Amino acid sequence: MSLRATRIFAWLWTRGVLLIAGIVTVIPFFWLIASSFKSNEEFFRSTFLPMDGRRIAWERLTTEPFRRLFSELDFSNSLVNSIFLSSVTGVIATLCCAMGGYALAKFRFKGRGFCTALVLAAVLIPAPLIIAPTYQLLYRIDLLDSFAGLILPALAPAFGVFLFRQAIISGVPNDLLEAARIDGAGEWRTFVTVVLPLVRPMIGTFLMITFLGMWNNFIAPQVVLQDPSKFPLSVAVAELRRGYYNDYGLQMAGTIISILPVMVLFLIMQKDFVSGLTSGAVKA
Amino acid sequence: MSAIATTSGVKSGVNGGLSSRVAPWVFLSPFLVCFALFTLYPLVQSVVLSMQTTFGPGATKFVGISNYRALIHDPLFWIALRNTAIYTLGSLLIQLPIALGLALVLETPGLRGRSWIRLLLFSPSMVGVVFAAMMFALIFEKQTGLANQGLHSLLAPFGVDWSLDFGWLQQHVMSALIVASLWMFVGFNMTFFSAALQNVRKDLIEASVVDGAGPIRRFFTVTVPAIRPVAGFVVLMSVIGSFQLFELPFIMFNNTSGPDNRAMTIVLYLFQNGFETGDLGYASAIGWALAIILLACAGFQRLTARGEEASAA
Repeated sequence: MSLRATRIFAWLWTRGVLLIAGIVTVIPFFWLIASSFKSNEEFFRSTFLPMDGRRIAWERLTTEPFRRLFSELDFSNSLVNSIFLSSVTGVIATLCCAMGGYALAKFRFKGRGFCTALVLAAVLIPAPLIIAPTYQLLYRIDLLDSFAGLILPALAPAFGVFLFRQAIISGVPNDLLEAARIDGAGEWRTFVTVVLPLVRPMIGTFLMITFLGMWNNFIAPQVVLQDPSKFPLSVAVAELRRGYYNDYGLQMAGTIISILPVMVLFLIMQKDFVSGLTSGAVKA
Repeated sequence: MSAIATTSGVKSGVNGGLSSRVAPWVFLSPFLVCFALFTLYPLVQSVVLSMQTTFGPGATKFVGISNYRALIHDPLFWIALRNTAIYTLGSLLIQLPIALGLALVLETPGLRGRSWIRLLLFSPSMVGVVFAAMMFALIFEKQTGLANQGLHSLLAPFGVDWSLDFGWLQQHVMSALIVASLWMFVGFNMTFFSAALQNVRKDLIEASVVDGAGPIRRFFTVTVPAIRPVAGFVVLMSVIGSFQLFELPFIMFNNTSGPDNRAMTIVLYLFQNGFETGDLGYASAIGWALAIILLACAGFQRLTARGEEASAA
Protein backbone atom coordinates (compact mmCIF):
# COMPACT_ATOMS: atom_id res chain seq x y z
CA MET A 1 0.00 0.00 0.00
CA SER A 2 1.23 3.47 -0.79
CA LEU A 3 1.56 6.02 1.97
CA ARG A 4 -1.44 7.89 0.60
CA ALA A 5 -3.61 4.79 0.62
CA THR A 6 -2.52 3.98 4.17
CA ARG A 7 -3.49 7.47 5.25
CA ILE A 8 -6.89 7.28 3.63
CA PHE A 9 -7.46 3.87 5.19
CA ALA A 10 -6.48 5.17 8.65
CA TRP A 11 -8.76 8.18 8.20
CA LEU A 12 -11.71 5.98 7.26
CA TRP A 13 -10.98 3.47 10.00
CA THR A 14 -10.90 6.00 12.85
CA ARG A 15 -14.03 7.82 11.62
CA GLY A 16 -15.82 4.51 11.05
CA VAL A 17 -15.06 3.20 14.54
CA LEU A 18 -16.17 6.44 16.18
CA LEU A 19 -19.31 6.58 14.06
CA ILE A 20 -20.32 3.06 15.11
CA ALA A 21 -19.55 3.81 18.77
CA GLY A 22 -21.61 6.98 18.53
CA ILE A 23 -24.57 5.19 16.96
CA VAL A 24 -24.49 2.40 19.54
CA THR A 25 -24.44 5.03 22.28
CA VAL A 26 -27.31 7.07 20.89
CA ILE A 27 -29.70 4.33 19.80
CA PRO A 28 -30.88 3.23 23.26
CA PHE A 29 -31.53 6.89 24.15
CA PHE A 30 -33.48 7.36 20.95
CA TRP A 31 -35.43 4.13 21.49
CA LEU A 32 -36.21 5.23 25.04
CA ILE A 33 -37.55 8.60 23.92
CA ALA A 34 -39.61 7.08 21.09
CA SER A 35 -41.07 4.40 23.39
CA SER A 36 -42.15 6.93 26.00
CA PHE A 37 -44.46 8.61 23.49
CA LYS A 38 -46.24 5.41 22.54
CA SER A 39 -49.36 3.58 23.60
CA ASN A 40 -48.86 -0.09 24.40
CA GLU A 41 -50.40 -1.05 21.08
CA GLU A 42 -47.94 1.17 19.23
CA PHE A 43 -45.06 -0.15 21.34
CA PHE A 44 -45.67 -3.61 19.92
CA ARG A 45 -46.21 -2.31 16.39
CA SER A 46 -43.03 -0.30 15.78
CA THR A 47 -39.42 -0.46 16.96
CA PHE A 48 -38.60 3.24 16.78
CA LEU A 49 -41.00 5.77 15.29
CA PRO A 50 -44.41 4.61 14.04
CA MET A 51 -44.32 4.31 10.26
CA ASP A 52 -47.09 4.67 7.75
CA GLY A 53 -45.52 3.26 4.62
CA ARG A 54 -42.38 5.40 4.24
CA ARG A 55 -43.83 8.32 6.13
CA ILE A 56 -43.32 8.82 9.87
CA ALA A 57 -46.76 8.71 11.48
CA TRP A 58 -46.24 11.42 14.10
CA GLU A 59 -49.97 11.46 14.87
CA ARG A 60 -49.74 7.96 16.37
CA LEU A 61 -47.39 9.24 19.09
CA THR A 62 -49.00 10.31 22.34
CA THR A 63 -48.06 12.33 25.42
CA GLU A 64 -50.47 10.24 27.47
CA PRO A 65 -47.71 8.41 29.48
CA PHE A 66 -46.30 11.74 30.69
CA ARG A 67 -49.75 13.08 31.51
CA ARG A 68 -50.53 9.98 33.55
CA LEU A 69 -47.22 10.20 35.44
CA PHE A 70 -48.12 13.63 36.75
CA SER A 71 -51.88 13.18 37.23
CA GLU A 72 -52.63 9.56 38.06
CA LEU A 73 -49.28 9.00 39.79
CA ASP A 74 -47.48 11.40 42.07
CA PHE A 75 -44.37 11.84 39.96
CA SER A 76 -43.98 15.58 40.49
CA ASN A 77 -43.62 14.77 44.17
CA SER A 78 -40.82 12.29 43.50
CA LEU A 79 -39.13 14.81 41.22
CA VAL A 80 -39.17 17.40 44.01
CA ASN A 81 -37.88 14.82 46.50
CA SER A 82 -34.98 13.91 44.21
CA ILE A 83 -34.07 17.54 43.60
CA PHE A 84 -34.22 18.34 47.31
CA LEU A 85 -32.22 15.31 48.47
CA SER A 86 -29.55 15.67 45.79
CA SER A 87 -29.01 19.42 46.12
CA VAL A 88 -28.89 19.45 49.92
CA THR A 89 -26.51 16.49 49.99
CA GLY A 90 -24.39 17.93 47.19
CA VAL A 91 -23.92 21.35 48.76
CA ILE A 92 -23.27 20.23 52.35
CA ALA A 93 -21.05 17.28 51.40
CA THR A 94 -18.96 19.49 49.12
CA LEU A 95 -18.52 22.06 51.88
CA CYS A 96 -17.59 19.39 54.46
CA CYS A 97 -15.06 17.80 52.10
CA ALA A 98 -13.53 21.13 51.01
CA MET A 99 -13.07 22.16 54.65
CA GLY A 100 -11.57 18.81 55.60
CA GLY A 101 -9.30 18.77 52.55
CA TYR A 102 -8.11 22.31 53.35
CA ALA A 103 -7.21 21.33 56.90
CA LEU A 104 -5.19 18.33 55.73
CA ALA A 105 -3.52 20.25 52.89
CA LYS A 106 -2.46 23.50 54.52
CA PHE A 107 -2.16 23.09 58.29
CA ARG A 108 0.52 21.37 60.31
CA PHE A 109 -0.95 19.89 63.45
CA LYS A 110 -0.66 16.88 65.66
CA GLY A 111 -2.89 14.19 64.23
CA ARG A 112 -2.66 15.31 60.63
CA GLY A 113 -0.85 12.15 59.57
CA PHE A 114 -3.43 10.03 61.34
CA CYS A 115 -6.37 11.87 59.75
CA THR A 116 -4.83 11.60 56.29
CA ALA A 117 -4.25 7.88 56.75
CA LEU A 118 -7.85 7.53 57.97
CA VAL A 119 -9.17 9.22 54.84
CA LEU A 120 -7.02 7.05 52.56
CA ALA A 121 -8.06 3.85 54.32
CA ALA A 122 -11.74 4.80 54.31
CA VAL A 123 -11.72 5.02 50.52
CA LEU A 124 -11.30 1.23 50.54
CA ILE A 125 -14.46 0.50 52.54
CA PRO A 126 -17.06 -0.95 50.16
CA ALA A 127 -20.44 0.73 50.63
CA PRO A 128 -22.50 -2.52 50.82
CA LEU A 129 -20.50 -3.59 53.88
CA ILE A 130 -22.01 -0.86 56.04
CA ILE A 131 -25.58 -0.93 54.70
CA ALA A 132 -26.89 -3.34 57.34
CA PRO A 133 -25.27 -1.67 60.38
CA THR A 134 -26.24 1.79 59.10
CA TYR A 135 -29.83 0.61 58.78
CA GLN A 136 -29.70 -0.65 62.37
CA LEU A 137 -28.18 2.64 63.54
CA LEU A 138 -30.91 4.65 61.79
CA TYR A 139 -33.50 2.41 63.45
CA ARG A 140 -31.97 3.06 66.87
CA ILE A 141 -31.78 6.83 66.50
CA ASP A 142 -35.25 6.85 64.94
CA LEU A 143 -34.25 8.21 61.53
CA LEU A 144 -35.76 5.44 59.39
CA ASP A 145 -38.27 6.69 56.83
CA SER A 146 -36.86 10.24 57.00
CA PHE A 147 -34.83 12.40 54.61
CA ALA A 148 -32.28 12.97 57.37
CA GLY A 149 -31.63 9.23 57.41
CA LEU A 150 -30.60 9.46 53.76
CA ILE A 151 -28.71 12.75 53.85
CA LEU A 152 -26.63 12.43 57.03
CA PRO A 153 -24.76 9.24 56.02
CA ALA A 154 -23.92 10.82 52.64
CA LEU A 155 -22.30 13.98 54.03
CA ALA A 156 -18.78 12.73 54.62
CA PRO A 157 -17.41 10.73 51.68
CA ALA A 158 -13.73 10.22 52.48
CA PHE A 159 -12.66 10.31 48.84
CA GLY A 160 -14.06 13.85 48.66
CA VAL A 161 -11.69 15.00 51.40
CA PHE A 162 -8.89 13.30 49.50
CA LEU A 163 -9.82 14.99 46.20
CA PHE A 164 -9.98 18.44 47.82
CA ARG A 165 -6.72 17.86 49.67
CA GLN A 166 -5.00 17.13 46.34
CA ALA A 167 -6.66 20.09 44.60
CA ILE A 168 -5.72 22.51 47.40
CA ILE A 169 -2.11 21.29 47.64
CA SER A 170 -1.58 21.87 43.93
CA GLY A 171 -3.87 24.87 43.42
CA VAL A 172 -3.48 27.13 46.47
CA PRO A 173 -0.06 28.77 46.99
CA ASN A 174 1.04 29.29 50.60
CA ASP A 175 2.00 32.94 50.05
CA LEU A 176 -1.57 33.81 49.15
CA LEU A 177 -2.78 32.37 52.46
CA GLU A 178 0.00 34.23 54.24
CA ALA A 179 -0.93 37.49 52.50
CA ALA A 180 -4.57 37.07 53.53
CA ARG A 181 -3.54 36.54 57.15
CA ILE A 182 -1.22 39.58 57.12
CA ASP A 183 -4.19 41.58 55.87
CA GLY A 184 -5.96 40.47 59.02
CA ALA A 185 -8.41 38.00 57.49
CA GLY A 186 -9.62 35.37 59.94
CA GLU A 187 -9.30 31.66 59.22
CA TRP A 188 -12.85 31.34 57.94
CA ARG A 189 -12.58 34.39 55.69
CA THR A 190 -9.30 33.13 54.27
CA PHE A 191 -10.97 29.84 53.45
CA VAL A 192 -14.03 31.40 51.81
CA THR A 193 -12.38 34.26 49.91
CA VAL A 194 -8.98 32.77 49.01
CA VAL A 195 -9.13 28.96 49.03
CA LEU A 196 -12.60 28.22 47.65
CA PRO A 197 -12.28 30.45 44.53
CA LEU A 198 -8.96 28.80 43.67
CA VAL A 199 -10.42 25.28 43.68
CA ARG A 200 -13.58 26.23 41.83
CA PRO A 201 -13.25 23.48 39.16
CA MET A 202 -13.01 20.85 41.89
CA ILE A 203 -16.05 22.34 43.63
CA GLY A 204 -18.01 21.99 40.38
CA THR A 205 -16.81 18.43 39.84
CA PHE A 206 -17.55 17.34 43.35
CA LEU A 207 -20.97 19.01 43.51
CA MET A 208 -21.80 17.04 40.39
CA ILE A 209 -20.43 13.77 41.82
CA THR A 210 -22.38 14.07 45.07
CA PHE A 211 -25.54 15.34 43.37
CA LEU A 212 -25.42 12.43 40.91
CA GLY A 213 -24.57 10.00 43.67
CA MET A 214 -27.75 10.85 45.55
CA TRP A 215 -29.92 11.21 42.45
CA ASN A 216 -28.93 7.80 41.11
CA ASN A 217 -28.82 6.10 44.49
CA PHE A 218 -31.34 3.31 44.73
CA ILE A 219 -30.33 0.97 47.54
CA ALA A 220 -30.29 3.56 50.33
CA PRO A 221 -33.75 5.09 49.71
CA GLN A 222 -35.14 1.62 48.99
CA VAL A 223 -33.92 0.43 52.39
CA VAL A 224 -34.52 3.57 54.47
CA LEU A 225 -37.82 4.93 53.16
CA GLN A 226 -41.23 3.33 53.56
CA ASP A 227 -43.68 6.16 52.89
CA PRO A 228 -44.27 6.39 49.09
CA SER A 229 -44.73 10.17 49.31
CA LYS A 230 -41.04 10.39 50.32
CA PHE A 231 -39.72 8.27 47.44
CA PRO A 232 -37.16 9.88 45.13
CA LEU A 233 -37.31 9.13 41.39
CA SER A 234 -35.02 6.11 41.57
CA VAL A 235 -37.41 4.21 43.83
CA ALA A 236 -40.58 5.61 42.22
CA VAL A 237 -39.43 4.49 38.77
CA ALA A 238 -38.54 1.02 40.01
CA GLU A 239 -42.02 0.82 41.57
CA LEU A 240 -43.50 1.46 38.10
CA ARG A 241 -42.01 -1.78 36.94
CA ARG A 242 -43.83 -3.65 39.69
CA GLY A 243 -47.14 -1.78 39.74
CA TYR A 244 -47.49 -1.09 36.02
CA TYR A 245 -45.65 -4.07 34.63
CA ASN A 246 -47.39 -4.07 31.26
CA ASP A 247 -47.38 -0.33 30.78
CA TYR A 248 -44.24 0.15 28.72
CA GLY A 249 -44.82 3.76 27.70
CA LEU A 250 -45.36 4.76 31.31
CA GLN A 251 -42.17 3.03 32.48
CA MET A 252 -40.11 4.68 29.76
CA ALA A 253 -41.65 8.11 30.37
CA GLY A 254 -40.76 7.81 34.06
CA THR A 255 -37.22 6.84 33.10
CA ILE A 256 -36.87 9.88 30.81
CA ILE A 257 -38.13 12.26 33.48
CA SER A 258 -35.46 10.81 35.80
CA ILE A 259 -32.60 11.04 33.33
CA LEU A 260 -33.32 14.40 31.74
CA PRO A 261 -32.47 16.77 34.64
CA VAL A 262 -29.13 15.02 35.15
CA MET A 263 -28.31 15.21 31.45
CA VAL A 264 -29.05 18.94 31.35
CA LEU A 265 -26.86 19.49 34.40
CA PHE A 266 -24.12 17.40 32.81
CA LEU A 267 -24.20 19.48 29.62
CA ILE A 268 -23.86 22.68 31.67
CA MET A 269 -21.01 21.39 33.83
CA GLN A 270 -19.37 18.97 31.40
CA LYS A 271 -16.05 20.65 30.87
CA ASP A 272 -14.96 20.91 34.50
CA PHE A 273 -16.66 17.68 35.37
CA VAL A 274 -14.87 15.34 33.00
CA SER A 275 -11.42 16.87 33.50
CA GLY A 276 -11.90 17.04 37.27
CA LEU A 277 -12.98 13.42 37.37
CA THR A 278 -9.90 12.15 35.57
CA SER A 279 -7.39 14.57 37.14
CA GLY A 280 -7.03 12.52 40.32
CA ALA A 281 -6.24 9.34 38.43
CA VAL A 282 -3.87 10.84 35.89
CA LYS A 283 -1.80 12.86 38.35
CA ALA A 284 -1.70 10.15 41.01
CA MET B 1 10.81 38.06 46.97
CA SER B 2 8.23 35.40 46.37
CA ALA B 3 10.70 32.78 47.58
CA ILE B 4 11.00 34.55 50.93
CA ALA B 5 7.25 34.88 51.26
CA THR B 6 6.80 31.20 50.50
CA THR B 7 9.26 30.00 53.12
CA SER B 8 7.82 32.25 55.79
CA GLY B 9 4.34 31.05 54.83
CA VAL B 10 5.29 27.46 55.35
CA LYS B 11 7.32 27.96 58.50
CA SER B 12 5.59 30.43 60.73
CA GLY B 13 2.34 31.82 59.42
CA VAL B 14 0.43 28.60 59.10
CA ASN B 15 1.60 27.35 62.47
CA GLY B 16 1.58 30.33 64.76
CA GLY B 17 -1.23 31.72 66.87
CA LEU B 18 -3.86 30.05 68.95
CA SER B 19 -6.64 30.32 66.38
CA SER B 20 -4.61 28.54 63.74
CA ARG B 21 -3.89 25.73 66.19
CA VAL B 22 -7.61 25.17 66.67
CA ALA B 23 -8.51 26.02 63.08
CA PRO B 24 -7.62 22.70 61.39
CA TRP B 25 -9.81 20.81 63.85
CA VAL B 26 -12.66 23.23 63.28
CA PHE B 27 -12.33 22.71 59.54
CA LEU B 28 -12.13 18.95 59.94
CA SER B 29 -14.91 18.60 62.50
CA PRO B 30 -17.98 18.35 60.22
CA PHE B 31 -16.29 15.62 58.27
CA LEU B 32 -14.94 13.83 61.33
CA VAL B 33 -18.28 13.84 63.14
CA CYS B 34 -20.23 12.50 60.15
CA PHE B 35 -17.48 10.05 59.34
CA ALA B 36 -17.26 8.69 62.87
CA LEU B 37 -21.01 8.33 63.18
CA PHE B 38 -21.90 6.98 59.75
CA THR B 39 -18.77 5.18 58.60
CA LEU B 40 -16.53 4.17 61.51
CA TYR B 41 -19.30 3.18 63.91
CA PRO B 42 -21.19 1.10 61.28
CA LEU B 43 -17.88 -0.47 60.27
CA VAL B 44 -17.21 -1.65 63.83
CA GLN B 45 -20.85 -2.59 64.26
CA SER B 46 -20.75 -4.71 61.09
CA VAL B 47 -18.20 -6.96 62.80
CA VAL B 48 -20.50 -7.30 65.82
CA LEU B 49 -23.58 -7.84 63.62
CA SER B 50 -21.84 -10.50 61.56
CA MET B 51 -21.65 -12.58 64.73
CA GLN B 52 -25.36 -12.22 65.42
CA THR B 53 -28.61 -13.48 63.99
CA THR B 54 -31.22 -10.75 63.76
CA PHE B 55 -34.94 -10.66 63.16
CA GLY B 56 -35.30 -7.13 61.85
CA PRO B 57 -33.11 -4.34 63.26
CA GLY B 58 -34.32 -4.74 66.86
CA ALA B 59 -34.06 -8.42 67.85
CA THR B 60 -30.54 -9.84 67.90
CA LYS B 61 -28.98 -13.06 69.11
CA PHE B 62 -25.26 -13.81 69.45
CA VAL B 63 -24.15 -16.78 67.35
CA GLY B 64 -20.36 -16.40 67.15
CA ILE B 65 -18.75 -17.31 63.85
CA SER B 66 -21.58 -19.58 62.73
CA ASN B 67 -22.71 -17.03 60.11
CA TYR B 68 -19.35 -17.36 58.42
CA ARG B 69 -19.45 -21.14 58.72
CA ALA B 70 -22.92 -21.18 57.18
CA LEU B 71 -21.77 -18.85 54.41
CA ILE B 72 -19.01 -21.21 53.31
CA HIS B 73 -21.55 -24.02 52.97
CA ASP B 74 -24.26 -21.86 51.42
CA PRO B 75 -24.76 -22.91 47.77
CA LEU B 76 -26.59 -19.64 46.99
CA PHE B 77 -23.58 -17.62 48.14
CA TRP B 78 -21.35 -19.59 45.78
CA ILE B 79 -23.79 -19.02 42.92
CA ALA B 80 -23.73 -15.32 43.74
CA LEU B 81 -19.94 -15.31 43.88
CA ARG B 82 -19.65 -17.20 40.59
CA ASN B 83 -22.08 -14.88 38.79
CA THR B 84 -20.38 -11.78 40.15
CA ALA B 85 -16.97 -13.12 39.12
CA ILE B 86 -18.22 -13.89 35.59
CA TYR B 87 -19.63 -10.37 35.32
CA THR B 88 -16.38 -8.88 36.60
CA LEU B 89 -14.26 -10.89 34.18
CA GLY B 90 -16.60 -9.85 31.38
CA SER B 91 -16.14 -6.23 32.34
CA LEU B 92 -12.37 -6.53 32.43
CA LEU B 93 -11.81 -8.64 29.33
CA ILE B 94 -14.43 -7.13 27.02
CA GLN B 95 -15.08 -3.67 28.32
CA LEU B 96 -11.57 -2.37 29.04
CA PRO B 97 -9.99 -3.38 25.70
CA ILE B 98 -12.87 -1.68 23.88
CA ALA B 99 -12.46 1.39 26.07
CA LEU B 100 -8.71 1.55 25.40
CA GLY B 101 -9.24 0.98 21.67
CA LEU B 102 -11.77 3.80 21.49
CA ALA B 103 -9.45 6.09 23.45
CA LEU B 104 -6.61 5.38 21.01
CA VAL B 105 -8.87 6.13 18.06
CA LEU B 106 -10.19 9.23 19.77
CA GLU B 107 -6.69 10.58 20.39
CA THR B 108 -5.48 10.22 16.78
CA PRO B 109 -3.94 13.56 15.80
CA GLY B 110 -6.00 15.84 13.59
CA LEU B 111 -9.40 14.52 14.60
CA ARG B 112 -12.05 17.22 14.58
CA GLY B 113 -14.89 17.39 17.09
CA ARG B 114 -12.94 15.24 19.55
CA SER B 115 -14.35 16.76 22.72
CA TRP B 116 -17.92 16.40 21.45
CA ILE B 117 -17.41 12.74 20.62
CA ARG B 118 -15.86 12.16 24.04
CA LEU B 119 -18.83 13.88 25.65
CA LEU B 120 -21.31 11.77 23.70
CA LEU B 121 -19.61 8.48 24.53
CA PHE B 122 -19.29 9.50 28.18
CA SER B 123 -22.95 10.50 28.55
CA PRO B 124 -24.42 7.03 29.35
CA SER B 125 -22.42 6.93 32.56
CA MET B 126 -24.49 9.88 33.81
CA VAL B 127 -27.57 7.67 33.64
CA GLY B 128 -28.15 6.01 36.98
CA VAL B 129 -27.93 2.22 36.97
CA VAL B 130 -31.56 2.02 38.10
CA PHE B 131 -32.72 3.98 35.08
CA ALA B 132 -30.48 2.09 32.66
CA ALA B 133 -31.87 -1.12 34.12
CA MET B 134 -35.44 0.05 33.43
CA MET B 135 -34.46 0.66 29.83
CA PHE B 136 -32.53 -2.57 29.30
CA ALA B 137 -35.26 -4.66 30.91
CA LEU B 138 -37.44 -3.74 27.92
CA ILE B 139 -34.60 -3.72 25.39
CA PHE B 140 -33.88 -7.38 26.19
CA GLU B 141 -37.51 -8.58 25.98
CA LYS B 142 -38.30 -11.33 23.50
CA GLN B 143 -40.01 -10.31 20.25
CA THR B 144 -40.53 -6.62 21.06
CA GLY B 145 -37.08 -5.84 22.50
CA LEU B 146 -34.61 -3.67 20.62
CA ALA B 147 -31.74 -6.13 21.10
CA ASN B 148 -33.39 -9.04 19.31
CA GLN B 149 -35.05 -6.90 16.67
CA GLY B 150 -31.81 -5.05 15.96
CA LEU B 151 -29.70 -8.21 15.74
CA HIS B 152 -32.39 -9.90 13.65
CA SER B 153 -32.43 -7.20 10.98
CA LEU B 154 -28.67 -6.45 11.10
CA LEU B 155 -27.63 -10.08 10.70
CA ALA B 156 -30.25 -11.01 8.08
CA PRO B 157 -28.13 -9.71 5.13
CA PHE B 158 -25.31 -12.02 6.28
CA GLY B 159 -27.59 -15.04 6.15
CA VAL B 160 -27.79 -15.35 9.95
CA ASP B 161 -31.30 -15.84 11.26
CA TRP B 162 -31.16 -14.31 14.73
CA SER B 163 -34.19 -15.56 16.65
CA LEU B 164 -36.57 -12.96 18.03
CA ASP B 165 -37.12 -15.42 20.87
CA PHE B 166 -33.47 -15.29 22.01
CA GLY B 167 -33.87 -15.42 25.79
CA TRP B 168 -31.63 -12.63 27.13
CA LEU B 169 -33.62 -12.50 30.35
CA GLN B 170 -34.29 -16.24 30.52
CA GLN B 171 -31.16 -18.20 29.58
CA HIS B 172 -28.47 -15.65 28.74
CA VAL B 173 -28.71 -13.48 31.81
CA MET B 174 -24.99 -12.80 32.29
CA SER B 175 -24.58 -11.82 28.63
CA ALA B 176 -27.46 -9.38 29.00
CA LEU B 177 -25.89 -7.82 32.11
CA ILE B 178 -22.47 -7.55 30.46
CA VAL B 179 -23.91 -5.97 27.31
CA ALA B 180 -25.89 -3.45 29.37
CA SER B 181 -22.78 -2.59 31.38
CA LEU B 182 -20.85 -2.08 28.14
CA TRP B 183 -23.29 0.63 27.13
CA MET B 184 -23.14 2.22 30.57
CA PHE B 185 -19.41 2.24 31.26
CA VAL B 186 -17.29 1.95 28.09
CA GLY B 187 -17.31 5.72 27.64
CA PHE B 188 -16.51 6.27 31.31
CA ASN B 189 -13.43 4.06 31.17
CA MET B 190 -12.49 5.45 27.77
CA THR B 191 -12.36 8.95 29.29
CA PHE B 192 -9.70 7.85 31.79
CA PHE B 193 -7.60 6.15 29.10
CA SER B 194 -8.00 9.17 26.90
CA ALA B 195 -6.80 11.52 29.64
CA ALA B 196 -3.80 9.24 30.18
CA LEU B 197 -2.99 9.20 26.46
CA GLN B 198 -2.93 13.00 26.42
CA ASN B 199 -0.13 12.82 28.97
CA VAL B 200 2.09 10.56 26.86
CA ARG B 201 5.18 12.62 26.14
CA LYS B 202 5.17 13.90 22.58
CA ASP B 203 8.98 13.95 22.40
CA LEU B 204 9.15 10.22 23.15
CA ILE B 205 6.66 9.49 20.36
CA GLU B 206 8.64 11.67 17.95
CA ALA B 207 11.90 10.03 19.00
CA SER B 208 10.47 6.59 18.33
CA VAL B 209 9.19 7.74 14.94
CA VAL B 210 12.69 9.00 14.12
CA ASP B 211 14.07 5.65 15.26
CA GLY B 212 11.79 4.03 12.71
CA ALA B 213 9.44 2.25 15.11
CA GLY B 214 6.13 1.24 13.54
CA PRO B 215 2.81 2.08 15.16
CA ILE B 216 2.51 -1.31 16.89
CA ARG B 217 6.00 -1.20 18.37
CA ARG B 218 5.44 2.41 19.35
CA PHE B 219 2.27 1.38 21.15
CA PHE B 220 4.03 -1.25 23.25
CA THR B 221 7.29 0.62 23.92
CA VAL B 222 6.03 4.18 24.46
CA THR B 223 2.26 4.25 25.02
CA VAL B 224 1.75 1.21 27.23
CA PRO B 225 4.42 2.11 29.82
CA ALA B 226 3.11 5.68 29.93
CA ILE B 227 -0.54 4.77 30.59
CA ARG B 228 0.20 1.83 32.88
CA PRO B 229 -0.52 3.65 36.20
CA VAL B 230 -3.90 4.87 34.93
CA ALA B 231 -4.67 1.45 33.49
CA GLY B 232 -4.02 -0.07 36.91
CA PHE B 233 -6.38 2.44 38.46
CA VAL B 234 -9.10 1.76 35.86
CA VAL B 235 -8.79 -2.01 36.33
CA LEU B 236 -9.11 -1.65 40.10
CA MET B 237 -12.11 0.69 39.78
CA SER B 238 -13.78 -1.78 37.41
CA VAL B 239 -13.21 -4.72 39.73
CA ILE B 240 -14.53 -2.81 42.75
CA GLY B 241 -17.55 -1.52 40.81
CA SER B 242 -18.34 -4.86 39.16
CA PHE B 243 -18.19 -6.78 42.42
CA GLN B 244 -20.86 -4.47 43.83
CA LEU B 245 -23.29 -5.17 40.99
CA PHE B 246 -26.81 -4.93 42.38
CA GLU B 247 -29.34 -2.54 40.84
CA LEU B 248 -28.99 -3.78 37.28
CA PRO B 249 -30.14 -7.38 37.93
CA PHE B 250 -32.42 -6.40 40.83
CA ILE B 251 -34.51 -4.03 38.68
CA MET B 252 -34.28 -6.02 35.46
CA PHE B 253 -35.62 -9.09 37.23
CA ASN B 254 -38.34 -7.35 39.26
CA ASN B 255 -36.69 -7.48 42.67
CA THR B 256 -35.73 -11.14 42.30
CA SER B 257 -32.53 -12.99 41.56
CA GLY B 258 -33.78 -14.05 38.13
CA PRO B 259 -34.74 -17.48 36.77
CA ASP B 260 -32.85 -20.21 38.68
CA ASN B 261 -30.86 -17.49 40.48
CA ARG B 262 -29.08 -16.72 37.22
CA ALA B 263 -28.96 -13.02 38.14
CA MET B 264 -27.94 -13.56 41.77
CA THR B 265 -24.99 -11.37 42.77
CA ILE B 266 -23.19 -10.91 46.08
CA VAL B 267 -24.81 -7.59 46.97
CA LEU B 268 -28.22 -8.82 45.77
CA TYR B 269 -27.88 -11.79 48.12
CA LEU B 270 -26.81 -9.41 50.90
CA PHE B 271 -29.91 -7.30 50.24
CA GLN B 272 -32.25 -10.32 50.20
CA ASN B 273 -30.90 -11.59 53.51
CA GLY B 274 -30.76 -8.26 55.27
CA PHE B 275 -33.92 -6.58 54.06
CA GLU B 276 -36.25 -9.31 52.84
CA THR B 277 -35.47 -12.08 55.34
CA GLY B 278 -34.51 -9.49 57.96
CA ASP B 279 -31.24 -11.11 59.04
CA LEU B 280 -28.84 -8.16 59.22
CA GLY B 281 -26.27 -10.47 60.80
CA TYR B 282 -25.98 -12.84 57.88
CA ALA B 283 -26.06 -9.81 55.54
CA SER B 284 -23.06 -8.35 57.40
CA ALA B 285 -21.16 -11.61 57.07
CA ILE B 286 -21.78 -11.47 53.30
CA GLY B 287 -20.60 -7.84 53.40
CA TRP B 288 -17.33 -8.92 55.02
CA ALA B 289 -16.82 -11.66 52.45
CA LEU B 290 -17.18 -8.99 49.76
CA ALA B 291 -14.85 -6.60 51.60
CA ILE B 292 -12.16 -9.27 51.95
CA ILE B 293 -12.32 -10.11 48.24
CA LEU B 294 -12.02 -6.42 47.31
CA LEU B 295 -9.19 -5.78 49.77
CA ALA B 296 -7.33 -8.74 48.31
CA CYS B 297 -7.78 -7.27 44.80
CA ALA B 298 -6.58 -3.84 45.96
CA GLY B 299 -3.60 -5.40 47.71
CA PHE B 300 -2.75 -7.42 44.63
CA GLN B 301 -2.89 -4.29 42.49
CA ARG B 302 -0.58 -2.42 44.91
CA LEU B 303 1.87 -5.30 44.87
CA THR B 304 2.01 -5.55 41.08
CA ALA B 305 2.28 -1.76 40.75
CA ARG B 306 5.16 -1.74 43.22
CA GLY B 307 6.81 -4.69 41.50
CA GLU B 308 6.72 -2.81 38.23
CA GLU B 309 8.20 0.30 39.80
CA ALA B 310 10.98 -1.78 41.32
CA SER B 311 11.78 -3.56 38.05
CA ALA B 312 11.67 -0.25 36.16
CA ALA B 313 14.11 1.39 38.57
